[in-house]
Amino acid sequence: MNQPGLWEALRGIVWRDLLLAMRRRSDVAISVLFLVIVASLFPLGVGPEPAVLRTIAAGVLWVAALLACLLSLGRVFTADYLDGVLEQMLLIPQPLPVLVTGKVFAHWVVSGLPIVLLSPLLGLQFGLEGEALGTLILSLLLGTPTLSMIGSIGAALVLGVRGSGLLVALLVLPLYVPVLIFGAGAVTSSMAGVGGEANLSLLGACLVLSLFFAPWATAAALRIALE
Amino acid sequence: MLQTVSLACRRGDRRLFSNLSVTVRPGAVLVVVGENGSGKTSFLRMLCRLLAPEEGTILWEGTDIHHLKEQYSAQLTYIGHLNGVKDDLTAVENLKFNASLNGDRASDAAVQDALELVGLKQRVHHLPTKVLSQGQKRRVALARLWLSSRPLWLLDEPFTSLDQAATVLVTERLRFHAERGGLAVVVTHQEVVLPSGMAQRLRLDG
Repeated sequence: MNQPGLWEALRGIVWRDLLLAMRRRSDVAISVLFLVIVASLFPLGVGPEPAVLRTIAAGVLWVAALLACLLSLGRVFTADYLDGVLEQMLLIPQPLPVLVTGKVFAHWVVSGLPIVLLSPLLGLQFGLEGEALGTLILSLLLGTPTLSMIGSIGAALVLGVRGSGLLVALLVLPLYVPVLIFGAGAVTSSMAGVGGEANLSLLGACLVLSLFFAPWATAAALRIALE
Repeated sequence: MLQTVSLACRRGDRRLFSNLSVTVRPGAVLVVVGENGSGKTSFLRMLCRLLAPEEGTILWEGTDIHHLKEQYSAQLTYIGHLNGVKDDLTAVENLKFNASLNGDRASDAAVQDALELVGLKQRVHHLPTKVLSQGQKRRVALARLWLSSRPLWLLDEPFTSLDQAATVLVTERLRFHAERGGLAVVVTHQEVVLPSGMAQRLRLDG
């Protein structure tokens, strides 16, 4: 129950999940490659008009990031659920929401952070430059942890349910709408010259809110899933 | 001391057991037997707080475990019928993570000793557990018993896929635990060979 024990447990969870991700690099690569391919298909389909590409850039990149996040959600709890590591996690003598936060953080490092790091390259492909590109990176940096946080609730709710992959999409995608609107909005408004600060602050607010509520909801959902 | 007071369990429409009151004192091993589907695993999951009882309470040292929460989790070692072992990690890594997550310190040497004691040779210690056999994986999970200093052990079918030699090792470990004043609840189909004063049997009829 003491503080050092909590830190140790939290570090252990994050470190174990990162180590596991390192051992199964292909899983991680899939969702990142998916993002790159989806984002590259649009210029091919829409045509190489710089003006058109710049207009759709924010929306396309954000939707692609959203789908890539969704694709990786299955990895958060399913494997642990099947091999019994999850029930052991519930018995760790530390508050479960904190442990869940550690797990979601590790998931974000593996699936959200690569998106943020790749975004400048993908943005250039759509002709984004200067301030707009910076806003895109910043909006993804603030937005992708929120996506992981919200996604973890969905992933925990559908544990052990048949066809959970599709169900989690139906459950989580509507909840992603505000993040999509603020994220894409930030880039669009910075391209229009009004600055994306307002939307970025809203994204930050979403992140804080999800950091506060999502771990509790996820922990409750996990307890139900394991009953 | 672990006590259940008129415990009842229902899965779906079926009532598995009701009015179940048992007391396990330090130094005793409660062996739970019964047919498949008689609620043995549910009973064990209630004891480790994974499942909420339909009725009744479970007391640890006289206090309801639902009030103790994490304090109670810190008293027990649970090994379920799933091994809780990560396929992509080695046996040593699995045990070390498990210990550090639970706030117990386990050095490399201690972990390797535990694996030796459960009958796993040095050469498999650093292999990913996905290449091990079922019985070896089970041994990795059970090696936690040699690292655990918790007073309460809850074991679900610990002897499945173990050979005769490993079964003896685990039984010996259980006896040692009870002799030191520990408590254990073991769900099993196999006969557990323990001194008569130590073993306590509970039959669930379903």
